Amino acid sequence: MYATEFQESLKAVEAAREANIACEPARMTAKEKEDLLAAYHPDYKKSEFSTLRVGPNKGETVPHELCELLEANSRIHADDVDLSDVRYDVDVLIIGGGGAGASAAIEADAAGAKTMIVTKLRIGDANTMMAEGGIQAADKENDSPAIHFLDAFGGGHFAAKRELLAKLVCEAPEAIAWLNNLGVEFDKAPDGTMITTHGGGTSRKRMHAAKDYSGAEIMRTLRDEVLNRGIPVVDFTAAVELILDEKGRAAGAVLMNMETRELMVARAKTVIIATGGAGRMHYQGFPTSNHYGATADGLVLGYRAGAKLLYADTLQYHPTGAAFPQQIFGALVTEKVRSLGAKLVNREGKVFMHPLETRDVAAASIIRECSDRGMGVNTGSGQAVWLDTPMIERIGGEGTIESRIPAMMRMFMRYGIDIRREPILVYPTLHYQNGGLDINVSGMTPNVENLFVAGEAVGGIHGRNRLMGNSLLDIIVFGRSAGKNAAQTAKETVPGRLTLEHIARFDAERTAAGVKTEAVSPKLLPNYTRKNSEI
Amino acid sequence: MEKMVNIYLFGKQYSVPEQLTIMRAMEYAGYQLVRGCGCRNGFCGACATIYRIKGDRELKTCLACQTKVEDGMYIATLPFFPLVKQVYDIEKISPTQQIMMQLYPEIYACVGCNACTKSCPQSLNVMQYIAYAQRGEFDQCAEESFDCVMCGICSTRCPAGISHPQVAMLARRLNGKYLAPRSQHLENRVQEIHDGTFTELIEALMGKPVEELKELYNHRDIEK
Repeated sequence: MYATEFQESLKAVEAAREANIACEPARMTAKEKEDLLAAYHPDYKKSEFSTLRVGPNKGETVPHELCELLEANSRIHADDVDLSDVRYDVDVLIIGGGGAGASAAIEADAAGAKTMIVTKLRIGDANTMMAEGGIQAADKENDSPAIHFLDAFGGGHFAAKRELLAKLVCEAPEAIAWLNNLGVEFDKAPDGTMITTHGGGTSRKRMHAAKDYSGAEIMRTLRDEVLNRGIPVVDFTAAVELILDEKGRAAGAVLMNMETRELMVARAKTVIIATGGAGRMHYQGFPTSNHYGATADGLVLGYRAGAKLLYADTLQYHPTGAAFPQQIFGALVTEKVRSLGAKLVNREGKVFMHPLETRDVAAASIIRECSDRGMGVNTGSGQAVWLDTPMIERIGGEGTIESRIPAMMRMFMRYGIDIRREPILVYPTLHYQNGGLDINVSGMTPNVENLFVAGEAVGGIHGRNRLMGNSLLDIIVFGRSAGKNAAQTAKETVPGRLTLEHIARFDAERTAAGVKTEAVSPKLLPNYTRKNSEI
Repeated sequence: MEKMVNIYLFGKQYSVPEQLTIMRAMEYAGYQLVRGCGCRNGFCGACATIYRIKGDRELKTCLACQTKVEDGMYIATLPFFPLVKQVYDIEKISPTQQIMMQLYPEIYACVGCNACTKSCPQSLNVMQYIAYAQRGEFDQCAEESFDCVMCGICSTRCPAGISHPQVAMLARRLNGKYLAPRSQHLENRVQEIHDGTFTELIEALMGKPVEELKELYNHRDIEK
């Protein structure tokens, strides 16, 4: 139940509901989208970015908060660590225990490599676990990988690395089959046909889902498989610096126990960075839908060791973060809510856009509605628009919400809002790091040999915006591929001498550039204690 | 001025704003969390928590990120619980009742106290899904347990030592892999890609100049 201050607007939404269900709002033209993004999307707000003064992407702009971390000091000095005291000695070291890391581990293990996962929290504490809506794959009669390619390439503003995107879409059906074969459940019709829906920017219904626990279902199954295979998972242990060898190849990492702060050396023949995203950096003061550890660690580790970033200036703000109640501010309201028919409605009950525009366009459109147009609803902690969830029951029949989006129903019900009967208030939330470390099609960084990257830490697969359902897909496709290729490369690698000389080299470059900073990185965790609150 | 409530973190009293979740209240009090905090959105099960309200006898359980503080709340987090997880090869087992007997025989020691169900922060009917597992009805067990976040609270309350979330995990994998209907269209498409059916089409697209791709994208036909 909403308090009285919302009632007037709520009545307008209810009164317009039948007409709004029937209305099919026009999609924006390419020009309308361009203008909207330039005026309202946070990526276009120049004052929020700074120019990197050191490192492989010197001269390029990234968000202020990321710039500070990329230019920062290492958490360690080379002489803090005895590189001859090797605690873990493996073929493939995987940093990060989310969907990409787990997929990589399973494939590396299957290829016979001695594999280890290190993660600063627990395996499964990752954005994968929180992905709700689904995973794309062109596996229906009226669809093809080529159509999938075009949707994603256009949705990403024609900036994706074509060979990476082609790999993503061509290996998508195989990724779904692999997951299904591991025991991941998908929503299916009685005859086995996958139940698929649209996502923003898709031209075919190719969103596969497991209710609205799609990521959780995938993650818990991958985790179970990692444990069944006996792959060691060293948890509550962060990688704080990569270790290279005398040829400049990745050769391990310095690890830190998150509780005791003990430093340890892990030696490896190949390293996979699968550290995920950066929502907990709260770029531009946005709340986030991301998990607690999303602090761009992998970007920092790779960058300091010489790996290049691609599109690190582009972030995804999910159009529908929860804006009310305050306890779930910023939490994800899955795009599937709109796939199932709910429309975005302003204070006066007017549908102001097509509900399935791409995420960047939808986010910018909501920001416009809440700012210049003055058509937002005041929630007490900001402006928001309505997402009219009762439309879903009207369109799909009673019970649709409970069977298709139970997590959403539960999340709001805890605070007394029954989304089957009442709409919800939403505003964009920081959701995804479109950019990241540059890789070639094998998953290796072009600048640092034997360093692989998979998952959200990669830049270039999606271009400058990502479609719903393509990140669960990319962690599987590129996670598996990195695992296989890292295992193969490990076989061909004769280990060299371990060194941390790159730390001093980076320090020297920073000094030469006249950059003075007290900051240390990677960040590892945000600080939300009251005296130091970053929310 | 915010309304404040008194809470007790591990027995120690703190005054915190009443609208905070338990997790945010701990941070407000000054805790920099490492354990017991994962997704902060009710999906990962990292923040299992046990509490009692002053004056009540009953111990209650919840997820710290999904529960508001109350005045007089005594709070202890359960960031780790030593659940039993049996290992198995998913390729070599079959979806029969025997597999539960082999891997998780303790489920047959269930005394029917229903403490698991009462403790579930997701309001799942835990005892019922264990009953389905006992009978080898894995599809039912999978459906009933689907929203499980594997926080392990149920197991902390179980007198029979059952690792409910792991039993359900096994049932869901058996169902997903062996019992749910196969997707013929998926298998066909994997085969077509393997046979190179789309290779030319993709290569043609990859070779086109951006302007041409923009035209194609802006005028593509969108399925209703």
